[in-house]
Formats: sequence, structure tokens, C-alpha cells
Amino acid sequence: MDEAKRLVELIPRLRRYARALVGDKAGADDLVQDTLERAWAKLHLYRRGTDLRAWLFTVMHNVHVNRVRATRPTDPLHEDMPELAYRASQGDTLLVRDLDRCVARLPADQRAVLLLVTLEEMSYEEVARTLGIPIGTVMSRLSRAREKLRAMMLGQAASAARLKLVK
Amino acid sequence: MSDIVSEAELQAYADGRLPQARRAAVEGWLAEHPEESERIAAYRRLSEEVRAAYEGMLSEPVPEHLKHAGSRRLPMRRIAAVLAWIALGAVLGAGAMWELRPERIVLQTQPDGVVMARRAAMAHAVYSPEVRHPVEVGASEEQHLVAWLSKRLGVKLRAPKLDDAGMSLVGGRLLPGDSGPVAQFMYQSQNGRRLTLYVRTEASKNRETAFRYARENNVGVFYWIDRDAGYAIASGDLSKEELLRVADLVYKQLEP
Repeated sequence: MDEAKRLVELIPRLRRYARALVGDKAGADDLVQDTLERAWAKLHLYRRGTDLRAWLFTVMHNVHVNRVRATRPTDPLHEDMPELAYRASQGDTLLVRDLDRCVARLPADQRAVLLLVTLEEMSYEEVARTLGIPIGTVMSRLSRAREKLRAMMLGQAASAARLKLVK
Repeated sequence: MSDIVSEAELQAYADGRLPQARRAAVEGWLAEHPEESERIAAYRRLSEEVRAAYEGMLSEPVPEHLKHAGSRRLPMRRIAAVLAWIALGAVLGAGAMWELRPERIVLQTQPDGVVMARRAAMAHAVYSPEVRHPVEVGASEEQHLVAWLSKRLGVKLRAPKLDDAGMSLVGGRLLPGDSGPVAQFMYQSQNGRRLTLYVRTEASKNRETAFRYARENNVGVFYWIDRDAGYAIASGDLSKEELLRVADLVYKQLEP
């Protein structure tokens, strides 16, 4: 089946998004696996001729939301939360690690919007459909996510500079 | 009014998605608001950096289990091991392959798998000669057949495509097994030769076996167990080599 082949081709993109969304590779691949299983089971519901990628990311979003709901009452990746346990792998540059950490500290719904716009380069309408939210909400979440990320990255830079001074 | 710029427009500008008609107005406004201009430039840099940070995931090889996740529920087994087994069989010749006489089966180290092979051979012998009612649900309703059997067995099944071996799906049926329902798919060649694929679920989900061959009353069976399912391919019409080829096809489709 044609969709099946395209679905497999989209796996790297699902993994990229999941990795940025979940924060660690193992957790991301779990999410991708659950998503794929669900997608295969629901493939008959996919309407040919429509955007398979958008459909797949919608499936992933739903799976993710259900998992988050099932495993914990509130999203722990809240901005007030203490720093996450260290997740990046060796070989990442400092910038990548900082970014990854800051992305992970964004509130979950803002993070999803930012990543779909930035990584997947989805249109705002596509993001709205994928996440099932109004486009106005997409825009405000995007705006807040970016501002928060910028502030956090500035903070990282500042504390890195302070560290150097202390040395 | 064109000098009023919304935050949404600024975001769209940062993403390079602002309609052409508004671009000049936004750029003009940004020129007059250097702080905002700096903020939007920072967003653009951040987008680049975020893309770069996760770029590597796109070129990373996809783990095998993800490639097949859900297209079959069966966990991976290394195809290499099976191919090695097949190659070994080819080298040693047919005589060296594990051929078991059913009477002595209980003494073997894989009694359970052998019991399955025997059940599969019996089911094959019972249903494959049927002319009018070889299956309960025909291949014309393949989707329904697979969904139904999957539901009854509680695992996601697929009816493998065996066109490469010149066999096409006739249909399938549900059978009683030792520990629950069993699925049987029947295939037929142009000239009426038949084979059946027998699938049962496994209680202990962490067992794997290699391909094995058994023969009972002129029905040859290749069978293997792969964690949550056991498979047996039976035919009285196909030679052992042909059956092995089919087993390989089935195996590859279930977990290539």
C-alpha cells in the first residue's frame, strides 16, 4: 500500500519531532512506536489525498497527550520546575545541549507549537489542525514560546559568562 | 492603518511567511523599532539553531523495530539468524535439517513448537481438500478477515502476500487451539496446490525459535515461535524447498 510506504518514510521526521518534544531518545522512540502502532491500526481512517504527514502528527499528538495524562497528573516540564535530569548525549555541542534543555523547559503546549512551526515548518493552519486548537492560540503560544526560549537562552549565556568570571 | 503591526504578523515575518503585501509595512515598522527588530532577528536565529540542534535525527538510521512497529505486532528477530539457519540447511543438505517424526515429538526439546506443527498439519489435512468450503471468510473480504482474526487472537495479524511464490490468498478461518483461538490462512496456486499458514498466540512472550521442519502424514510443516506468536506453514502439495521459500517470504513480511 502506498500510504504504508510513505508512512515509513516519515519516521525520521516523527523521531525528530518526538525527540525534541519528549526530551530523550528512548522516550521519543517509545512515543514514535506507540504512534506508529496506532497509525497502522487507524490507517483505514486516513483519507487518501489528504496530507498524510499532518494526519500522522495528529496521531502522535493524541498519543502523546494521552500518555502524559496517563502517566502524570500535570506536565512536569513546567517553567517553574527545577532543571531536568541531564538528557543530552555526548558529542552534542554546548549550544545544542543548552537549546535542548531550554526547549524541554518550555510549557508542553507551547513547545509543541514551536516545534511544529520550526522543525516541521508547518503552516500555522496546519499546526492548528494538527493540535486541534484555534489559529489564534497557535499564534499566541508561538509568540510566548519564542520569547521564553529567547529569555532562557540569554540566561544561559549570562550564567555561562558568570561562570567564566568566577574562574 | 498599514502602520499597525500585530504580534502575529511579527511572528509570521520571523518565519518568512508574511504575505508579500504586508512585508514592506512590517519592515518599515521594524526599522523604526530597533528593539523589536532585534527581538525578531533573535527569533530567526533561534529557529535556525533549533533546526540545527535536531537535524541529526533525520539522518540517523531508524531502528528496525520502528520500521515495523504496528505493521505487525511481533517483536523483531534478527533475520540474519534465520538466513544463517537456512544457509546452514542448504550446506548440510536436506537430510541434516531437523526432521522430526511426530511419534517421537514429546521427547524433543521444543515439545510445544512441535505440538503446534502437528496441530497445523492436522488442520491443513482437514481443510485443504475442501472444495466448496475451504475457508470461513474469503480473500475478497481480506480486510474483514484479518480484522476479525486479529480481534479474536488479540494480536495484530496480517495475511502475508505470497505472490512471489505463486500463491494467492483463498481466505481464512478461526480454529480452536490448545490455549485459545488460532487463525488459519489458506493460499492456493494457479494449478490448485494449497498451503496453510497457522498462527497462534504464545503465552510466554519471550521465547524465540529458529525455523524448524517437521513432516506428518505427507504434510510438511515449517514452524517457528516468535515471542507473542507461533507460526506454522503446512502443505502436502509443496516440496520442502518450496515450503521453505514460502516460510522465508512469510517471515520477511512479518519481520523483515
